[in-house]
Parts: sequence; C-alpha cells; structure tokens
Amino acid sequence: MTPETRTETADFEVLRERGQREVFCGLTGIVWLHRKIQDAFFLVVGSRTCAHLVQSAAGVMIFAEPRFATAIIDERDLAGLADANEELDRVVGRLLERRSDIKMLFLVGSCPSEVIKLDLGRAAQRLSRIHSPRVRVLNYSGSGIETTFTQGEDACLASLVPEMAASDAKELLVVGALADVVEDQFRRLFARLGVGPVRFLPPRQSGDLPGVGPGTRFILAQPFLADTVVALERRGAARIAAPFPFGVEGTTGWFQAAAAAWGKAPADVTRELAPEIARAKAALAPKAAALAGKTIFFFPDSQLEIPLARFLARETGMRPLEIGTPYLHRALLAEELALLPADATLSEGQDVERQLDRARAARPDLTVCGLGLANPLEAEGLATKWSIELLFAPIHGYDQAADLAELFRRPLERRRRLAA
Amino acid sequence: MQLTLWTYEGPPHIGAMRVATAMRDLHYVLHAPQGDTYADLLFTMIERRDRRPPVTYTTFQARDLGGDTAELFKTAARDAYERFRPTAMIVGASCTAELIQDDPGGLARTLGLPIPVVALELPAYQKKENWGAAETFYRLVRGLAGGAPVVPARAAGRAPTCNILGPTALGFRHRDDVAEISALLRKMGIDVSIVAPLGASPADLVKLGEADFNVVLYPEIALPAAQWLERKFGRPYTRTVPIGRLATAEFVTEVAALAGVDPALGQGGDAARSEWYAKSVDSGYLTGKRVFVFGDATHAIAAARIAAEEIGFDVVGLGTYSREFARETRAAAQRYGIEALITDDYLDVEAAIAAAQPELVLGTQMERHIAKRLGVPCAVISAPVHVQDFPARYSPQMGHEGANVLFDTWIHPLMMGLEEHLLAMFREDFEFNDRAAPSHLGAKAAPIEFAAKPVASAVPPQSAANDAILAWASEAELELKKIPFFVRGKARRNCESYARERGVRLITVETLYDAKAHFSR
Repeated sequence: MTPETRTETADFEVLRERGQREVFCGLTGIVWLHRKIQDAFFLVVGSRTCAHLVQSAAGVMIFAEPRFATAIIDERDLAGLADANEELDRVVGRLLERRSDIKMLFLVGSCPSEVIKLDLGRAAQRLSRIHSPRVRVLNYSGSGIETTFTQGEDACLASLVPEMAASDAKELLVVGALADVVEDQFRRLFARLGVGPVRFLPPRQSGDLPGVGPGTRFILAQPFLADTVVALERRGAARIAAPFPFGVEGTTGWFQAAAAAWGKAPADVTRELAPEIARAKAALAPKAAALAGKTIFFFPDSQLEIPLARFLARETGMRPLEIGTPYLHRALLAEELALLPADATLSEGQDVERQLDRARAARPDLTVCGLGLANPLEAEGLATKWSIELLFAPIHGYDQAADLAELFRRPLERRRRLAA
Repeated sequence: MQLTLWTYEGPPHIGAMRVATAMRDLHYVLHAPQGDTYADLLFTMIERRDRRPPVTYTTFQARDLGGDTAELFKTAARDAYERFRPTAMIVGASCTAELIQDDPGGLARTLGLPIPVVALELPAYQKKENWGAAETFYRLVRGLAGGAPVVPARAAGRAPTCNILGPTALGFRHRDDVAEISALLRKMGIDVSIVAPLGASPADLVKLGEADFNVVLYPEIALPAAQWLERKFGRPYTRTVPIGRLATAEFVTEVAALAGVDPALGQGGDAARSEWYAKSVDSGYLTGKRVFVFGDATHAIAAARIAAEEIGFDVVGLGTYSREFARETRAAAQRYGIEALITDDYLDVEAAIAAAQPELVLGTQMERHIAKRLGVPCAVISAPVHVQDFPARYSPQMGHEGANVLFDTWIHPLMMGLEEHLLAMFREDFEFNDRAAPSHLGAKAAPIEFAAKPVASAVPPQSAANDAILAWASEAELELKKIPFFVRGKARRNCESYARERGVRLITVETLYDAKAHFSR
C-alpha cells in the first residue's frame, strides 16, 4: 500500500502563491489554548472585529464563562483623548477583580494594536508589577498581519519560554498543546520506555511551567511551532528531530526519536510499543479500507496538512492531489517531507480563487478546508472535512490513529448514507 | 477601551457584508488584513449558505505594510471585477485598514471600472454592525436610485405596489418574515415590487422609487434608506413593525390606508390562533409571570408588548443593545413602569437579569447563556444569531403566523400548568420534584439558586445598602425552599421588599407569610 516516496526533499517542487488568503488569524488559537491552561486568561487588545472573530470561531463551543475577552479599542483611545495604557490598566483591573481564580494573563496583540504600535510588552511588565504575585502578565501577538491561525499557539508558547526557570536537569519536554487524554497516554508510554522525566508545554496549570536548560531535550507534538523552537534553543535546549505523532508510523517514529535521545535501542523500543502498535493497526484497518484509493485536496490552514497527508497516504492509501500549507518549514518537516508521496503537489501561501479553480478541476473525493469554504464546496458536490476540528479533537498517538482516520471517513460515509 | 466578553454586534463592515451577501450581482471589495475572512463562516456555517459571500478581501500582512497596500487593493478590485463581473461594487475598509488610510473609494475610482462603485465610510471604532448595514443600504440606494426620475404614484387602474425594505443575510428569521408579510400584502391586493436588500440586484435598487410606498420591516437596517426614498420620491413608509397580534392588526390598518384598500382583507381569520390560545383556560398559569426582555430595539419593544398585552406576563426588565433606538426603548419601558437597560455590555445585562429574578428570559443567544446559568427558562427573540436560529421549518416572527410562532416558542420552555400545580402540592416526591426540568424537555436542569445578594456589581447602590441590614432566619430559609423553584425567586424578592418597606431586619417564617398575604391582595 505504501506509495513511492521521495528521499530528496530539497527538490520537492512547491507552488508558491500570493493572493487572498482564506485563513484565520492567530487569535483563533485562544479558542483551544484557554481550555488547555486552566488558570490562564486571554485578553485580546483589539477591535470589535477581534472580539467578533474569537466568539464566532468559538461559536460551536460557547461556554457560559469563557476565559477570554477583548479590550475593545475605541475612538477615544485612537484620538489620544484617553491614555490607552491607563485604559488597559483599568480593564485588566476590572477583569482580575471578577476572576480571582486567574493566575496568568496573556495580553494578546491584534492587527489594530500592532498598527497603532501599542507596546503590550511594556504594558505586560507594568501590569505584572501591579498584580504580582497573584497574577503573571505576559504578552504575544495573534494579529493577522503577523500570524496565521496556529501560529497564534506558537507565539503564545514562545512567550512562555522566558518564564521557564533555568534547569540543568535532563528532562524530555513535549511541546505543543495536546488533548489531556493524549498527554496521559504519552506519559504512560514514556514511563514504560524509561524515558523521562517528561514535562509538557503548555502545562495545564500556569504554576507547573517546566524548567529549561542545556539538559532539556524537546520534541514537537505540533508542526507549527517554529518560534517556540528558536526560543527554547536560545535557552540551551536541544530539539529531537522526528516525524509528528499522527498515525501508527508517525507515532512510532516520534517515540523512537525521543527514546534514542535517552540511549534506548530501537529494537527494544519497538518491542515495548508492540501492543499499542498492534491495537492501533487493528482499529485503523477498517477505516483505512474505506479511504483507500480516494483522492484528497488540502487547502492551507493549520500547518498540519503535510503530516496528515503523509499519514493518509501511507497508512490509509489515500492519494493527496494538492497539499496546501500556509508556511513550509523545511527544517521542522524534513522527516515528514521524506515520507510524502512523490506525485503530490505541494503549495505554500494562497490565492484562494485560483486554488478553488484547481480543486474544482481536480474534483477530489475529499477536500480539507476552512469553515468559510466547506458548505459552498459541499453545495458544488465536493465532500469536505473542515479543518478546525483537527485542532479540537484528540488526534495524536496510537489510540487516536483510528479516530483521526474516522474524521476523514465520516464525510464520505455521510454521503453514502444520505439518499440522493 | 471596553472590556467585552461577548459582543452583541460585529463591526460595521459585517453589516455591509450582510447587505452584500443578501443581494445578487453585487460585489464587495474589502481592504482588510489576513484573518478578517473569518466573516465568511458567519454566512456559510451559521446561516448554512451554499455560496461564499460575494466579498474579496485584500488580506494584507505585515510585509505588505512596508510596501504598497494601495496597489494591493487596486489589484484585488480589478481581479474581482474580472472574475465575478458584478453589475455594481461596494468598496471599503475594515478596522485595521481604516488605520492605514488607503482610501479604497478613491483607489477604486482610478480603476475606471465600467460599473457603479459605491464607496463606504464605516468608522469601525465608533459604530457597529446594524449601523453598518443601514449605512451600506442607504449609500447603495442613494448611489443607484439617485439618478432615477420621479414618477407619479399609483397610476389609475393599477394595483397598489410597495417595496419591502430591511431583510438581509444573517438576519433573525428574515427569510420567513419576508414570506409571511409578502403573502399578507398580496392577500390585501397589494403587489410587492422589490424586496431589498434580500434577493435584490443593483438594477432593482435603481427602481425603488417607483412603488407607491415602502414597508420597513427592520428599522435598524432600512430606516435611513426609507427616509431618503420619502424625501427623494415622496413615497411614504410604514412605521409599524408587524410583530405580534396587535401590531400586525395595526400594520394592516396602516398599510390599508397607504394603499387605499379595505383593511378587512388583511385579517388573520382562522389562522390567527394566538389570541384564543392566550384566552383559553389552560393559559391561566401564565398570568403575571415575570419576564425579562433584551434584544435589538425592534424585537425587544415588540416582545415586551406581546408579553404584557397578548400573554399577560409582567415585564420586569426591558433593554436593548441598539443605542440608535434608545429613546424608543426608554419610552416603551415606561409603559411597564420600569427603566430601560441600554447597554452593549454583556456583564451589565447579566447583572440586571440576576437582580430582576425573572421567571422567563426573552433575549438573544447571549441571554440564553445567562438564563442557563441562572436556571431560568429562555426563548430567543433577536439577533445575534446562532445556527439554531435558522430552523429548517417555516418560523416567521412577523404577521399572523408569526404571532402563533411566538406564542408557542415562549411557552415551550416553561413548566406546563398542571405540572406546576402538582409540584406545588407534592414538592418532595422523589421522582418528580422541583429540581426536575419540565417533563417535555428531556435534559435535567439543576437551577442555580438566586443568591440572596446578587454579584456585587449587579446591585444598584440603594439596594446594596439595604441588603446589608437584611437577613433571613434559618426557618424562613427552609420554608422558602418549600416553594417551587420557578416562583421561589419571586417569593424571595417579595419578602425582601416587604421587609424593607417595613424596616424589618430579620425575615422570619411569619414575615414570609405576611408578605405572601400582602402581595396576594
């Protein structure tokens, strides 16, 4: 079933496009990050558009009391009638008074705050002094002019790195927000392999922020964390290069890479993981059978496109026609690119109208795209999988490999069930 | 700077999108940073539209800011024209593009496109979605119909004609309201010439001045355009919004006078069931239920009137986020002896609802969350909308059928009358007790007790001072718990105001029954 793959990644032809980008901005990451770090609050400093975006993106999962809000800039702030910094202090004061459970506050920059050059770094320092020791105030930018969708998580995690205590301990750091259930599975498997201690970034509680230093070996759980990688390396930590833990093959490669850094022999690791591998393969088999031979087209969105295309191609037999990604980090994705089928088109950036033309011409069996495009494509007769769900569902690791395949099988299964 | 957990309205360019998306053959070129395309999902996901909104975004990024964002806009506008071939275009900026001051209107003019291009100035840091929709519709109507000749109204031998103004994409039940009111007008012998913006083309807008009069369904959106059409073409417009049985009857009278037809033609007949349903003895338990109303001004004012005059509820709160209609809302609130809540701050609304201790909330999706937290039933009467507000079934808010729909929708979340009685009699039955949800609603509700003292910020100053000296004896608290939860808030409130009026500081079982006797007179 394994298609021919390319071992030379440098010559992978990439279609580079510029035009309208139908993507979320980095603020969207707040939708999952605010559930992950349970004592953190995310305050966007922006416009009504920002507030509207975050609540609309969260629309399917509205909570009565979310741990995010927007400080909406109004004309008084722009005209200089009100000192924007004083206004921000007042808003943060009101917020923290209302939520005494909050221990970490992120000031999240937006397009308007960037354009008017509101210095949120200084604001965060000032507010940290005011509200210390109860609350730590950090800042990062989730603006659309600087970040695309999942890059918001990257910026958030990078802002945590300077807060991590210096440590000389040899520890494994897993980087990237994971579903709690996946985190627990990974913890158990690392313990069985004798790899550890294992820490996670981001932590579930802000007080559990791991230490970092020359002894830290870190491994990415998500492919979109380029800035966080740089920040960790600056603190002396070393990255363990690996494929990403999607599907059986990716997960095994990921554990092998981490275990190798702890001096474990590959054969021993394979033997230890054998029960998980067997169970995952058995669960995956019926899903893969439904997907084999089907074509798939990825619009650029989450930066998960390349690892997911690799998984679908190699473990379910799907045929990727175009794999779009907002950005291509060759270094972080080297192991993934090496496993991609040779005949897939890779595209970076977007001109959404031209890409839609290509998708219509290709008529893939399944199109992976954002929420704005999904129903219109369905109405044109193309089955779709909306991609934001890939950030909201546990899809990493062995015991989720079948669930991940199911996310792609379900749209096809619905079409089969619904009478024409 | 305003702290906002949830926003009732989007920015004004979302209003412009609602107009553009409602129309045919129109394209909107929006100067906006990457990420603003999220707005597409409002239409494709929440409203389940089968087409993308007709909007091209420039999606500029940081690297473009150093270069030429103006050129980016021109390229986007030119490409959009070539690809979509619209018959008219609107151009404008979102909040961030407003700051970089590229002047989309001026840039579009330099392109010399062979179609009308209407430039929009929508100040994103002052105004909001509904204002943006109204301004966009007004600019489009003015821009496209401005050159049309003034023709005489009502040529002899021709049926009276009208336009229906205001329905947009992403509107709360606009699709069904248009169907209901169009049918009502046709029944009265009036031709509906143009419905706009929903379903209209730019060519239709050019002819808006030809109909004899205009029906304004949503003043928040259509009022400026209707006023302009009156000034320019001398065509009057309707003032009554036909939400509710009484308002529908008044609307029929108003329209009949404008069209010169017999108002009897617009009566509901057998289809108007809400009046009889409200009068039927089964509805007796609805009497005096405390209801809190919040929404856009049009829907909120209408809902308060229906609640008070058509169903027999007590209106204990009325508010709107539509500041443009604050005066009308205040005037309406006076009729119920209350002060209107004019705010777009979700936290203020939450506090006001907690303080009013209603038995039913009629609000937006935001109030649905507040009501859920407080364990109070809620029905949604207004935008902002959610995917559930676009039901597959026919479900208008307006006209005769709309009145039926409202009666059903508002009664549905309440405990049924007989159930209420049984709970009052046997409140400690282990299977069927007062913590159970209404039996026709499957999910088990665990209502949160109203705090004796609502959240600090919620309490108006004078009552906060009084609360400090008011206490409940433990026996009285226990006795209060024997009262079913759906009237417990009211009972607590009555006891406390009774005690305050008499300077009683400790509420005992005796105070409780004294208050009961006092309020039952």
